[in-house]
Amino acid sequence: MLTILFDGVAYGMLLFILAVGLAVTMGLMNFINLAHGAFAMAGGYITVLLMQRLNVPFLVCLPLAFLGSALLGGVLERTLYRPLYHKSHLDQVLFSIGLVFMAVASVDYFVGSTQQIMQLPEWLKGRTEIGEGALMLGMGHYRLFIIAVCAALTVGLQYVLTKTRFGSRLRASVDDQRVAAGMGINVNIVFLSTFAFGSGLAGLGGALGAEVLGLDPSFPLKFMIYFLIVVAVGGTSSITGPLLAALLLGIADVAGKYYIPKLGAFIVYSLMIVILIWRPQGLFVRKGGK
Amino acid sequence: MTPANSSPAADSLLRVRRFRWWEPLFWLLAFVAPFALPSHALIINEIAIVALFALSLDLILGYTGIVSLGHAAFFGLGGYAAALFAKHVMPDPLVGLAVGIAAAAVLGALASLTIMRGTDLTRLMVTLGVGLVMLELANKLDWLTGGADGLQGVVMGPLLGRFDFDLYGRTAAWYSLTVLVVFFLIARRIVQSPFGATLKAIRDNRLRAMAIGIPVTVKLAQVYTLAAALAGAAGALLTQTTGFASLDLFEFHRSADVMLILVIGGVGWLYGGILGAIGFKLLQDVISSVTPQYWTFWIGLFLVVLVLVGRERLFRPWNWFRK
Amino acid sequence: MQKRHLLRASAAAAMALATGLAVLPASAQDNVFKIGLILPMTGQQATTGRQIEAAARLYMAQNGDTVAGKKVQLIVKDDTSLPDVTRRMAQELVVNEKVNVLAGMGITPSAMATAPLATQSKTPLVVMAAATSSITEASPYVVRTSFTLPQVSVALADWAPKNGIKKVVTLVSDYGPGIDAEKYFNQRLAFNGGQVTEALRVPLRNPDFAPFLQKVRDAKPDALFVFVPSGAGAAVMKQFLERGLDKAGIKLIATGDVTDDDQLNDMGDGALGVVTSHHYSAAHPSPQNKKFVEAFEKANKGLRPNFMAVGGYDGMRVIYEALKTTKGAGGGDALLAAMKGQVFESPRGKVFIDAQTRDIVQDVYLRKVERVNGQLYNVEFDMIKDVKDPGKTK
Repeated sequence: MLTILFDGVAYGMLLFILAVGLAVTMGLMNFINLAHGAFAMAGGYITVLLMQRLNVPFLVCLPLAFLGSALLGGVLERTLYRPLYHKSHLDQVLFSIGLVFMAVASVDYFVGSTQQIMQLPEWLKGRTEIGEGALMLGMGHYRLFIIAVCAALTVGLQYVLTKTRFGSRLRASVDDQRVAAGMGINVNIVFLSTFAFGSGLAGLGGALGAEVLGLDPSFPLKFMIYFLIVVAVGGTSSITGPLLAALLLGIADVAGKYYIPKLGAFIVYSLMIVILIWRPQGLFVRKGGK
Repeated sequence: MTPANSSPAADSLLRVRRFRWWEPLFWLLAFVAPFALPSHALIINEIAIVALFALSLDLILGYTGIVSLGHAAFFGLGGYAAALFAKHVMPDPLVGLAVGIAAAAVLGALASLTIMRGTDLTRLMVTLGVGLVMLELANKLDWLTGGADGLQGVVMGPLLGRFDFDLYGRTAAWYSLTVLVVFFLIARRIVQSPFGATLKAIRDNRLRAMAIGIPVTVKLAQVYTLAAALAGAAGALLTQTTGFASLDLFEFHRSADVMLILVIGGVGWLYGGILGAIGFKLLQDVISSVTPQYWTFWIGLFLVVLVLVGRERLFRPWNWFRK
Repeated sequence: MQKRHLLRASAAAAMALATGLAVLPASAQDNVFKIGLILPMTGQQATTGRQIEAAARLYMAQNGDTVAGKKVQLIVKDDTSLPDVTRRMAQELVVNEKVNVLAGMGITPSAMATAPLATQSKTPLVVMAAATSSITEASPYVVRTSFTLPQVSVALADWAPKNGIKKVVTLVSDYGPGIDAEKYFNQRLAFNGGQVTEALRVPLRNPDFAPFLQKVRDAKPDALFVFVPSGAGAAVMKQFLERGLDKAGIKLIATGDVTDDDQLNDMGDGALGVVTSHHYSAAHPSPQNKKFVEAFEKANKGLRPNFMAVGGYDGMRVIYEALKTTKGAGGGDALLAAMKGQVFESPRGKVFIDAQTRDIVQDVYLRKVERVNGQLYNVEFDMIKDVKDPGKTK
């Protein structure tokens, strides 16, 4: 019981880190980016390949995965995404699906389509169990590690958004681009750095998640729907919304698979549809936001 | 053939209703094709099916402006309904086709409730969600659908009691082409009617459409149901001509491919889906025979370039310099 | 206006293409024998395709490509493990390429979707991988050279109770072969006085083993019996250790798919001691197998052959021998007759194609994962001779 809750929280935290970049960029640029999972996959593969081929320690890989994906995100934002901000949503959807297809096929070509296997360091492999019977709480150390890292990141993000100059500029740009630009905020720089940072976080999430979610070329397609659920249900006006949505989704998913395996992902999707019909702007939206 | 009381305005309005000289020729060619190219009847059949599927998406995407990423839900339901009907009730293809269409139309009417509110993003999500729910249903109801193994043992009866579905796919190709033509003409009639005009009004400016008294919700529900029915027909054709149904009918890539097909051919123009289907399938066939594994890469690249360069400039390069 | 231009252009293009296609010669040369090999080269089962293709090419390299005066041509197609695609490709191969034999079939749904075509076109279909018992009954033209899941599951259900395993939870992928494995394992275990406390089925698509393994953890059986398709074994293995199931005293027993030779080395030491039952291990100690493994690794940059490779290798042998027997006549029925009842020494041991069922009869081995020369191998420690598919012994 508690174990399931714990696993659900770990999964939810991971989903949040994976999807938060998408939430911010969607809110900021009103750009429907279905290719977000491709950046997460990039981070995952950077980690796996560094560990397998060059024996880089796991903890060194994580920042590298972040940097690699952030760099990729920054370059693509500047070259491909920027011209499309003012195009129709249909164009954006087509473009980002195209990117996903390219990413899937490229990884398939260069790395192969098998599930990648990662050897975690010994200190993350253990497991701690407390209590007995139905209330037993079993915690895989790796999942604990995920929760810790993601919680630290969340607190850091919240701090950056609310307490720093960049955060206030970002929020201003989200609320009203034109006024923000008129106030002398360089919106392009804000966009670029946000997109890069969001992609970097996705890459980090992909690196952390390779062990839990599995990693193969179809990753971006598999998890696309999950990221979109987090964003659509959580709304794009704050990061607490997506966080709550991600936790909800993670717990619902794990508990659903444990207690009613026959229903599988059915619950999650149906929930999403109901929520979106009921509150098309998402569950956790400020009044007066966009 | 101009009526005496014609004015230039009425003439221009009526012009879209008339058939162009090339239209009958085009369809004639299509029908001769399985006969002239017997070894390609299989792919002609597929093109006809995909074209019908794209046509149905065009009604909601091109004419009404609803971005959908879950159109495969209706395709798959039509396909499974027709296959199950053939397996358990009776093997006649035409009755099966009607059953597939009806099932998809019912789902379309229900699903139309989900697309009334919200932004493009929420619509994308709910359409995608409906598609995934259908996929999960087909996966979980394995006592009915065969689950991940696919639905085995679908044996189709002869068409009209006379024409068997042969190995070469000729009967299948003609059958699919006929159904395509019938629905094409129906769709053509619909989009040129006042109903079609109201749809375009909703697409171009929903608020204004409401303000001038168009019952937007009702119209949306109607067109969504209609599009679903057509998609169901396409799905039914596929399972009937292959004698097999599997979860792949509901897969995301189907919804994405059909969108791509429509965009290649041109949105908001009924021949768009058909041309797109021809182009897409032939391309797929050629690329797949060269690099079976990486066909998705090229299709992805094509999409990216298409959007970045713009459809107009890509297909007519001489427009580059005329901004 | 512009649309009209576009349409004219495309109509012209279509016409040109049509005439171009029409004048292509139908390639039905008399001295060519075509084998249409349809495999998953991409997607989840990609390793299956790679192994079988490599093995088929190896067999052709070793035995030449001219048999009984015919030039053997291998046409490899990728079906991305989607049954619809398999079926369409098979149809195209039969209709347009006029292949003499269809072969491959990575997963059960693919084989099942293609079987009616084999019947309709009277083309032998040599199944080299898919392992659900009922495949050979789907068409009288199916011949199998891989194995069936009941064959290997039953062996394990015989072994377990003798070794102190009484309470078992089963965990299988939720599709044909998995359900086969579950059914026959459970029947045999009950017959031997064991008890299956829970039968779990994991979805084939996007499997997430964690919640299921948590269930196993809570049920505390003596052992967990697993079947997952080739390629998913490593994920199960990892999660099994991560959940601490081994520390809780639960043994892992499985069909050989889980400790697939293709992935075994990546699984790490956690896999040591896992007991599996299967028909082939790369460590099988026969001179024939040593030769096969050496040649295979040499031809494929050190890739270790797995049971899929052997299925492909023997499948090619069955086709070659049938072609020899029929003196190069490529008729479907004659070939089929020549395939039935073949007995030969395969790298896996002695095998025999049962003339009644067209299914393979072979020895099944019990193996334990051990470290040999610094690498992990499934080392055989017991065998059951001449196992017929229990799914067909009515």
